[in-house]
Amino acid sequence: MAGSPSHSPNDAAELEPAVLAPGHTFASVTDKISAIVLTRPASRGWWFGLLISFALVMLLLIAITYLLVVGVGVWGINIPIAWGFAIVNFVWWIGIGHAGTLISAILLLLHQEWRTSINRFAEAMTLFAVACAGLFPLLHMGRPWFFYWLLPYPNTMKVWPQFRSPLVWDCFAVSTYFTVSLLFWYVGLIPDMATLRDNSRSRMGQIVYGVLAMGWRGSARHWRRHEVAYLIMAGLATPLVVSVHTVVSFDFCIADLPGWHSTIFPPYFVAGAIYSGFAMVLVLAIPLRYFYGLQDFITDQHLHNMAKVTLATGMIVAYGYGIEAFMSWYSGNPYEEYVQYNRMLGPYAWTYWLLILCNIVIPQSLWSKRVRTNVPLLFCVAMVVLIGMWLERFVIVVTSLHRDFLPSSWGMYSPTFWDWATLLGSVGLFFCLLFLFLRLLPAISMSEMRELVEEVEGPEAHAH
Amino acid sequence: MNESSPIYGLMAEFEQPAQIVAAAVAAREAGYRMVDAYTPFPVEGLPEAIGFHRTRLPLIIFIGGLIGCIGGFYMQYWCSAVNYPINVGGRPFNSWPMFIPVTFEMTILSAATAAVIGLFALNGLPMPYHPVFNVPQFAMASRNRFFFCIQADDSHFDLSSTRNFLAGLQPHAIYEVQP
Repeated sequence: MAGSPSHSPNDAAELEPAVLAPGHTFASVTDKISAIVLTRPASRGWWFGLLISFALVMLLLIAITYLLVVGVGVWGINIPIAWGFAIVNFVWWIGIGHAGTLISAILLLLHQEWRTSINRFAEAMTLFAVACAGLFPLLHMGRPWFFYWLLPYPNTMKVWPQFRSPLVWDCFAVSTYFTVSLLFWYVGLIPDMATLRDNSRSRMGQIVYGVLAMGWRGSARHWRRHEVAYLIMAGLATPLVVSVHTVVSFDFCIADLPGWHSTIFPPYFVAGAIYSGFAMVLVLAIPLRYFYGLQDFITDQHLHNMAKVTLATGMIVAYGYGIEAFMSWYSGNPYEEYVQYNRMLGPYAWTYWLLILCNIVIPQSLWSKRVRTNVPLLFCVAMVVLIGMWLERFVIVVTSLHRDFLPSSWGMYSPTFWDWATLLGSVGLFFCLLFLFLRLLPAISMSEMRELVEEVEGPEAHAH
Repeated sequence: MNESSPIYGLMAEFEQPAQIVAAAVAAREAGYRMVDAYTPFPVEGLPEAIGFHRTRLPLIIFIGGLIGCIGGFYMQYWCSAVNYPINVGGRPFNSWPMFIPVTFEMTILSAATAAVIGLFALNGLPMPYHPVFNVPQFAMASRNRFFFCIQADDSHFDLSSTRNFLAGLQPHAIYEVQP
């Protein structure tokens, strides 16, 4: 499917895979990508973006400080809704991260060449999204300075973590995910660090990139081991990414709560994660290629493919909603039935229907090729999906908790200013890290692009 | 080993990946063994052409994964069933199905860590100094040029005859690599 040459026999130009604009050489791809880091001055737009996101980081820091000084009561959480925004945001962020791993690892194993130009920043997106995600359970603990109690270490209290608890699984899964994503990213970066070291004209750049490159010299032996390590790590990351969101869904479905206690959760969470993640990649890739003139590398074909993946995963998510509704009726359990009824017609019904609109109705427009190839429209659809996926987690967390078994223990939830400040602040942190990444590290893998040039252009690629 | 040559080796610069594979094959046929090829991206067939066929890395990663798997499970077993068993409603202490998620994560974590450490160890990285960087043009090895180096410690190495041999491969240029 994606990335393969189209089979139109009479048009020779169409036989070119559109994953790289024609005419590029080893040198031209290297120079164009490294120029963003090494020579091009920071544009006004970049400073503007960094400033806004940095201001939001400051908001995040204020929100966290206030939270730590006063306590989790500054958020809108209380019994019965003890999870609130913190867990909604956690699941949303970690889901966004998953597309990065999917693009870098799973598409690598499937030999999808079109992943090459988007994998690096998709991986960066994973790291930053997981960093934002990790913030929320930590802050939600109330006493984040005791976070290490989740880890098994010999201590004076002589107790161990409860290994039968999904929250401990979550701690292991998320920290493993972050570590493995970081290692995978760094291993892929090493050859590019060497390129930056060799091309940097500033002493500072030479030293910093030189240290990060660790003396990489591109020996054929090293490349072979590098390829083997990279492939096997991709093979390891693939089941990992599935396991991480499965474990996140266990946080819900291990609990005996109507609306959570369901076996559909793991697959539907994983699909939802990839869905929101691809939407985020689109939201990031479209401005990136526009502002840095990278349309040669991130081509319309890429956006087209990503739109298709978004549509496909969106359909799985829609199926998940359908099954959820069906099972609550089919179970014959009054509590299950009530949760679904309450979601659709209760006090939070507007979030449910908005979620259906954002996640199911509007993305159906991606069936149309005109929408998939219309870049601004595609950007808007991706934004809508991101909002929809956030709403999904809100619906799951809040509507299930706020009315469970006993009407006497029912309650309502409304977020406070500090809830919103933390959410917005985490968005700022994400973009702040991303802006810095764009300026300091190559946003597209140069060594893989050279390999792609060799495959696409063949022996003509040697010029310059 | 040629004691009289104080250099690290002779390096030829090529412009195309196919040329360097041909050079590596020719050097191997001429009897050179202490050779290395430096390229800006992995070139197909080049490791085999310089006589590098297998890497132990997959084995290292497998062992790493095995250690993580057994160690991860044993950690939970020991904590929950041996060191501090807590009776919750008469459920088994060794409730192994509940230990699978952490065991799995530990397997992946340990295998991935082994992959990275193994990669660095086998590649001899980090390496702060290497003679090939003494050739100024070698900076292009990470951009668009392909370098083939015959080291002076090769038993067949002789400054003039090796230079002639490399010249016969029609490289873009030939450099002496200072140690």
